Order: sequence, then structure tokens, then C-alpha cells
Amino acid sequence: MSNDTNGTTSGAARPEWPLYEVFVRGKRGLNHVHVGSLHAADDHMALHNARNLYTRRNEGVSIWVVRAEHIAASSPDEKDPYFAPSGDKVYRHPTFYPIPEDVPHI
Amino acid sequence: MTTHTASAPPGAPADLQAEFDARIAADQRIEPRDWMPEGYRKTLVRQVSQHAHSEIIGMQPEGDWIASAPSLRRKAILLAKVQDEAGHGLYLYAAAETLGVDRADLTRRLIEGRQKYSSIFNYPSLTFADVGVIGWLVDGAAICNQVPLCRSSFGPYARAMVRICKEESFHQRQGYELLMRMMEGTEEQRRMVQDAVDRWWWPSLMMFGPPDAESPNTQQSMAWRIKRDTNDDLRQKFVDMTVPQAERLGVTLPDPELTWNDERGHYDFGEPDWDEFKRVISGSGPKNAERIQRRRAAHEKGEWVREAATAYADKHSARKAAA
Ligand SMILES: [Fe+2]
Ligand SMILES: [Fe+2]
Repeated sequence: MSNDTNGTTSGAARPEWPLYEVFVRGKRGLNHVHVGSLHAADDHMALHNARNLYTRRNEGVSIWVVRAEHIAASSPDEKDPYFAPSGDKVYRHPTFYPIPEDVPHI
Repeated sequence: MTTHTASAPPGAPADLQAEFDARIAADQRIEPRDWMPEGYRKTLVRQVSQHAHSEIIGMQPEGDWIASAPSLRRKAILLAKVQDEAGHGLYLYAAAETLGVDRADLTRRLIEGRQKYSSIFNYPSLTFADVGVIGWLVDGAAICNQVPLCRSSFGPYARAMVRICKEESFHQRQGYELLMRMMEGTEEQRRMVQDAVDRWWWPSLMMFGPPDAESPNTQQSMAWRIKRDTNDDLRQKFVDMTVPQAERLGVTLPDPELTWNDERGHYDFGEPDWDEFKRVISGSGPKNAERIQRRRAAHEKGEWVREAATAYADKHSARKAAA
């Protein structure tokens, strides 16, 4: 926001284009992965900008964009309650189950 | 994810500091929502935003030649290259924003001359051979600088560098290939290439920053792993890589002291003119004023477009809400 170039709108605190987070599916069969962020006036422009910014060389077959303010995230100090179950429920992992060497294909 | 950095709650900064130190020591990545020392955050904001500004200003010397590229092929290549540099700037502004700063503010700092960018872009690109030499030497030096930063301790910066490095190799190769074609041409074309090499060689060496003895922040930045090699080490690496490329191309690097040192296993080379470096980085290079002026003009001329897009978006979201 540069100061008062032409007084079209309210002038004072002209809001910036909101921040969007961008997710790209690299190829069929893979999940969308977060690749970065950008600013855009609306969803349509965000998709367009994401196409030009993050996929100039066949980096993806599909793009998601979402306003950054709409993302809910776990916070770092919630680490324990959020992620502990995968630590103490070791039986969720295949290595928990010893199988004799002579059993094939398992 | 772009969310603001957590700051130390008044209770337990010692624990947080210890956790941060342990992460760095284990060569793990720091992510935006982690606690980090204020000095680390500030240094990164400065480093990442100056890097972003350099990519953006760096479009200008080559951009000057898009309209007069000698063939459609060269024009298309140059356009793609300059577009990549814009992309690099945006990846880096996005990484900076995860540290709690805002892109519009960084742009303002650039066009008001309150933040620096790489000194190299304050030199003029006088002939089309400069386009080739910029790709070969300037992007070549950038690659030397950037490859180790793919392992920067700050996750978003490291990830941006990975994307950037993937694209830089095209930049360097198109430049070298352009020069090879020119060297196969007329005597005049060969002279143009040599002249461009003579002008860009020393500024390229300056891209690695002042000598280690005069780079007081290097120690801390290396301890934080936001810098992985010293300026002098990177400069040496660049010289060692470039000399054989110059020989193959058939140009002379303008340094009488440049010789292979068998004992060290490296090339010895002369000292860049550090007074010139200081002059250019602090605003008195041949093109500083013009570069900033043009960036400012582009920003101001884009004002009505940004406003129109906002007005259009507001109108449509209001209509959607009413429906
Ligand atoms: Fe770049
Ligand atoms: Fe580049």
C-alpha cells in the first residue's frame, strides 16, 4: 500500500490481498502437498497465480488454494496430547508382530 | 504453513532456548510455529528479504534485452528466465512472511531504499553478450551460494531454495550456450563476449560478500546454520568451477594473478576491489538509482490494478453472501 497515489477508495487502510496457502498434486496417485503461499484478491486469482508461480514446469496435475486464515493448525506445545497415541500404540505398526523368516510374502 | 512465530512465554525461555539449540545441533529444521531466538528471526528476515529483493531487481538487467533479443528462440528463453526470477522473488517473500513480516512492507522497504539487494544488479547490461555472461557467471555464482542454503536450518527458506536451485541450472546453461554460439560467430561477436566477461568477472566474485575477516556476522549465522559456508570458501569454489569453463569457451578471465596452485589444489586469484563493492552496495553504483526508480514506478503503476481486483472480489463475495 503506497501512500495516497490517487484517492479512489477510502484511502487510509487499504487492505492487502489476502494470503493463500497452495497445495499441489504432483502426479496422479499422490496426495496434494503444501508448496508455499501467495497473495490474491480472490480464489479464482489465487488458482491462476498458483498455476504461474508453482507449476511452470509440469510440477503438478491439480492445485488447491485455501485462505491461510481458514486453516486450523495444532500448535507446537500441544505436541503431547496430539501425537502421543502413535507413540504408545506400537501395535499399530507392522513391526510389532514377529513373523518367522520362513513365512513368505508377508 | 504461514502462521506467525510463537514468542517465548515469560515463564520458560531457558527450556525453549535449550530445545531450539538441540534442534540446531541435531541439524533438524526450525519451522515457523516453533519458538526461536529473536536474533535468529531478525537475521533470517533480513537475509531472506534481501535475497527476495535481489531476485526481483535482478530481472532488470536481462529484462532490458527481451524486446531486442536477436531471435524468437532467444526471446522466448529470456522471457522464461526472467519470469523464473520473478518466481524466485515470490517464493522468498512467501518464506519471509512465515517469520511474521508482511510482503507489502518488504516491498515498501525496498523502494524506499531501506533494504539492500545484491550489488551485482547495479551494473549495466550493455550488449546482448551480457545476457549470456549474466547467465553463465551471475547465475553460476548464485548457484554456488544457493546450493548449500537448501540445507538452511529454517524450513521454509530451505524449501524455497530447493525449488530455486532446480530452476537455476537452466539459467546457467542457456547463458553458456548463448556464449558458445557467439564464440563461433564473427570476430566482432567474440570481442563482445570478451568485453562482457571483462566487465562482469569482478562483480561476480563480489557476489559472495566481503572477505571472511570483514564479515562479522558469519560466525553467528554459521552457528545457527542459516549460512553453511564462509564467503571466501564459496568464492574459491566458484573460481575453481569457472576457470575450466572459460578455457573451453575461449575467453580470458581478467585477472593476471589467476593461476593453478598445485599445493593447495585450488586456483589462486586476485583481490576484488572492495572499495568499489562498498560504494555499489551502499547506493553509488552505476545503476542503483535507476533500478529502484523502475521498481517503484512498476509498483505505483500497478496500484489501480490491485485496487480494481480487490473491488471486483468484494463485489462478488457480497453477491455470493446475498444469494
Ligand atoms: Fe534466481
Ligand atoms: Fe537465475
